[in-house]
Amino acid sequence: MQSEMIRDDFAFFNHSDLVYLDSASTTQKPKSVLEAMDAYNTQYCANIHRSSHGLGNAATSKYETAREIIGKFLHVGDKSEIIFTKGVTEGINLVAQSYAKEHASCVIISALEHHSNILPWQQIKKPLHVIQTKENLTPDLEHFESLLAQNPNALVALIHTSNAFGITHPIKEMIALAHRYGAKVLIDAAQSASHMPINISDLDADFLVISGHKLYGPTGIGALYIKKDLHPLCNPYQVGGGAIMQVFYDHTEYLPIPYMYESGTPNIAGAIGFGAAIEYLQSVGYAYIAKHEQNIIAYALEQLSQIEDILFYTQVASMQSNISFNISNIHHHDLGILLDKQKVQVRVGHHCVQPTMRFLGIDGTVRVSVGIYTNKADIDQFIKALKRSIAMLKG
Amino acid sequence: MQEKLENYIEELSLFDDIMDKYEYIIDLGKRAPSLRENEKIDEYKIQGCQSSVWIIKELREGKLYFKTDSDTVIVRGLARILGDIFAAHLPQEILNFDTKELEKLGLQEIISPVRLNGFTSMINKIYQYAKDENRG
Repeated sequence: MQSEMIRDDFAFFNHSDLVYLDSASTTQKPKSVLEAMDAYNTQYCANIHRSSHGLGNAATSKYETAREIIGKFLHVGDKSEIIFTKGVTEGINLVAQSYAKEHASCVIISALEHHSNILPWQQIKKPLHVIQTKENLTPDLEHFESLLAQNPNALVALIHTSNAFGITHPIKEMIALAHRYGAKVLIDAAQSASHMPINISDLDADFLVISGHKLYGPTGIGALYIKKDLHPLCNPYQVGGGAIMQVFYDHTEYLPIPYMYESGTPNIAGAIGFGAAIEYLQSVGYAYIAKHEQNIIAYALEQLSQIEDILFYTQVASMQSNISFNISNIHHHDLGILLDKQKVQVRVGHHCVQPTMRFLGIDGTVRVSVGIYTNKADIDQFIKALKRSIAMLKG
Repeated sequence: MQEKLENYIEELSLFDDIMDKYEYIIDLGKRAPSLRENEKIDEYKIQGCQSSVWIIKELREGKLYFKTDSDTVIVRGLARILGDIFAAHLPQEILNFDTKELEKLGLQEIISPVRLNGFTSMINKIYQYAKDENRG
């Protein structure tokens, strides 16, 4: 069975008897990713972009190949539109400081945003406008349009799939609407990219961010897409060696993007591992991934829905890749501890969306998230452990 | 303190299955009296815990007693154990007590590192109360 073959690709499952249902936090890494990073560290370790020797050239070539792989994966026109970052958080901070600070009048966000898509805008002291939600946490597009009409030159920054509630925004429609009012749009695809194909050319996003470690790659590496047309408007961010053409004591001429934003020695092994992760994801294919994960989520929801006093916060059918819930009169932290002691790893808490939780009048939830390696036995063990936990806490 | 601590150590050591230990702590948490809503204020709240925990001191005939509560039943059970261990002692006796002794409860095994920090914060709150009384 393909699912068992995929699970075998992940060394973690050979070493551990834990049920891992926290892939939305970080995914396990396939052997091919670890091998690609190991090959860099053991066979051609050298600095990139500055060493003229053969080893340096080999490392540069692999690093730039990783950029190409990620560019093709996101369907971008030009690989210079892909900047390596530490991850989504750094990508959003970079856009805030280098672009939005000067060129955006305000920032419009959804009501489901991760803190990492709120704090960077506060840092640059831009007014934040939050799109109201309708029932089930879906965005009120009429309200969105009214915000766009009232705020010329806004930057719209939207999470694609909610890390906390698993629902996916209609971003193609929202990007088109924003563009009609002259706004630029940043998409946080941290959660969505591992579950569905992202086609930037088709979406027409202006900025898009992803994290390697949520895509079966290593931690500490991510990518930021900046549309080529906007490159002339983007200012230097963290500057230093590797980002420059010429340095004088009174001024500096910078290299074009992406290199302007990759000063210092970057996470070379991480970028190469990220490229390997994307190749792995593509070898599995989104047709399989979507079908498999939807099956697993549906299987989990079917059983969860039968549990007495379960509370969901959005329509059951709209939860993709992760499920957020509470059990009435039981604290999510109590459930988290007891599930952990039964070898089930889930996330409990506010999931870095405190304003959303406040809106819902709760402190947090239990979140179950799946990956390409999750199987029905994982769900069975989780449900069994959950039922035991509830019995202990209620009884 | 030492005697009560040893009683708890003995009780907790009876359980081979970690879930049974939790059953015991949950049971303590469920039976522990709750604070009134107007007592759940920041002054009594423990910083450093993932969940909300409150500890209130009471001084009777020079000895300290502790009322505890939490929004999670497991932490309420843990707070109850601590409050009970330190109850009915002079502030100086509390300050003289070696907190390392509490490690013998084996709570490191049954609470995660994040929560262990919370547990340390609870102990610190009790010590702070004892220091305040000693000064006072």
